[in-house]
Amino acid sequence: MKNSELLLMKGNEAIGEAAVRGGCRYFFGYPITPQSEVLEYLARRLPEVGGAYVQAESEVSAINMVFGAAAAGARVMTASSSPGISLMQEGISYIASAQLPAVIVNIMRGSPGLGGIQPSQADYFQSTKGGGHGDYRLLVLAPSTVQEMIDHTILAFELAEKYCTPVVVFADGMMGQMMEPVVLPEVEPVPSEKPWATTGMRGRGPNIIHTLHLPPDELEQHCHNLFAKYHQIEANEKRSLAYYTEDAEILVVAYGIVSRVARAAVEQAREAGIKAGLFRPITLWPFPDEALVNVAQKARKVLVVEVSMGQMVEDVRLSINGRLPVEFYGRIGQVPTPGEIFNKISQIIAEVA
Amino acid sequence: MTETVKVYSRPKTLIDRPWHFCPGCHHGIAHRLCAEVIEEMGLQENTVGVGSVGCGVFSYEYFNFDGIGPSHGRAPAVATGVKRVLPDRLVFTYQGDGDLAAIGTTEMVHAAVRGEKITIVFINNTLYGMTGGQLAPTTLMGQVTTTSPYGREAKQAGYPMRVCEMISTLEGAAYVARVALFNPAQVAKAKKSIRRAFETQMQGIGFSMVEILSACPTNWGMAPLEACKHVENNLTSVYPLGEFKVPEGVK
Repeated sequence: MKNSELLLMKGNEAIGEAAVRGGCRYFFGYPITPQSEVLEYLARRLPEVGGAYVQAESEVSAINMVFGAAAAGARVMTASSSPGISLMQEGISYIASAQLPAVIVNIMRGSPGLGGIQPSQADYFQSTKGGGHGDYRLLVLAPSTVQEMIDHTILAFELAEKYCTPVVVFADGMMGQMMEPVVLPEVEPVPSEKPWATTGMRGRGPNIIHTLHLPPDELEQHCHNLFAKYHQIEANEKRSLAYYTEDAEILVVAYGIVSRVARAAVEQAREAGIKAGLFRPITLWPFPDEALVNVAQKARKVLVVEVSMGQMVEDVRLSINGRLPVEFYGRIGQVPTPGEIFNKISQIIAEVA
Repeated sequence: MTETVKVYSRPKTLIDRPWHFCPGCHHGIAHRLCAEVIEEMGLQENTVGVGSVGCGVFSYEYFNFDGIGPSHGRAPAVATGVKRVLPDRLVFTYQGDGDLAAIGTTEMVHAAVRGEKITIVFINNTLYGMTGGQLAPTTLMGQVTTTSPYGREAKQAGYPMRVCEMISTLEGAAYVARVALFNPAQVAKAKKSIRRAFETQMQGIGFSMVEILSACPTNWGMAPLEACKHVENNLTSVYPLGEFKVPEGVK
């Protein structure tokens, strides 16, 4: 892998370039703040590499164009922000059921409803618990830097094709809009065999891609097949990072942009003599539960910090399974400061001391 | 000695399987016409059919070429995705009036706006067939359906939607025609229109649509022949037959 020089790039544009380097040649999307730069970047960039950009009439149409392009065997992506991702849920359910590889980027903004345009993490339930109808799962990657937005976008295409399933790159408006120094990797995407693609028969029998299973036995078997794949993903793809957790008495759990702020707060706590540690899930589904339990061995209390009213905290509580008290600190429309999280850590440590 | 000559056979683009359609339904004829034209154009190996939700939901069970079953109304968006990736293939959707003229209006209109090089085969039988005969945007004034039990009234449910007339106003729409299947002459005309629509696409001219006025004897509560008469006498006055737009290349 050959790398570029250090470049200064905006998160949304970095995702666009990463997609191209990851072999994506088709993008279907609709403008929405704070992700529109992904569209703008790819509208310019894809024709340069022989691909196609189509601005859809809605997110509903965009995700169905993704369905069609994926069915035709292409490496394809869409991007939107929370209200637009809501509109895509029907199509995402169909893509998951049809077992098509596709990458969906969510640059989250404040919700519910029209909400605001400031950063948010309030779509956690939607993406990890199934925002559309039916029994399906989405692989969800949560980057925390612009560099990781690049790396996770490239990884998302690999995972989508490995498992023939939609993969979500789950970021927020702050990461989409901020600029950071990055290194663009020179990827040589390996074209994967897609003997199932609907490309015209060309010497074989008809390929059919559909999601209708009227006989109950057939539908049940279909769901079992999907979940056999999801169990494989759970076994292979859980990802997380831990900082200062070996002797941590208070364990902070945060993902995405908040995990960076939490890390600064934990370092501040360490300087103040508090044994604090940080656990950062990278895959939100599958949730890295065993890794969390392992790093929580010496903890007396867990603090979950999110830019929401508390969503991932439920998965943390399920993983901890009542063995430790799990507290929550959240902000809406703004990312908490290191000082805020440090104060919360100090308060909790005073309670357990 | 008399020699037997086979003059009529199943196109190889149709799988040998009995239709699930009701007696007298025109879907079987419409499927067959698409299949015949694809065979005659030599496109069996280069076609991707995109179905719909409604009575056309099983199209991929009958067509002997690649097929996709999309969600309700979204076929033109799915077909757009396929066509942008595979611009030299024949990509067509097969949609009913509930799927196309109600829930899928947006996708249909904007595929035409973009001049997407796909073909829509649009089956208009003035109601939702699969779900048991409910009111559609295409339901005639006064027509009794399960959800217009007093007959369609303007104050309650508005007026019939004329899709071809609307789509014809768009520059991206290159070939637009409305045909019917109520007698053999009409069937022959319908086949010619489907051919012209597919040729419009394969020549890269633009978007094409063929609306087929179709009988639904079951949900209309009519015998098959009576249903054909109903199309001829009552549907064609609201939905006039003819070619609304024909590009130079396929004349």
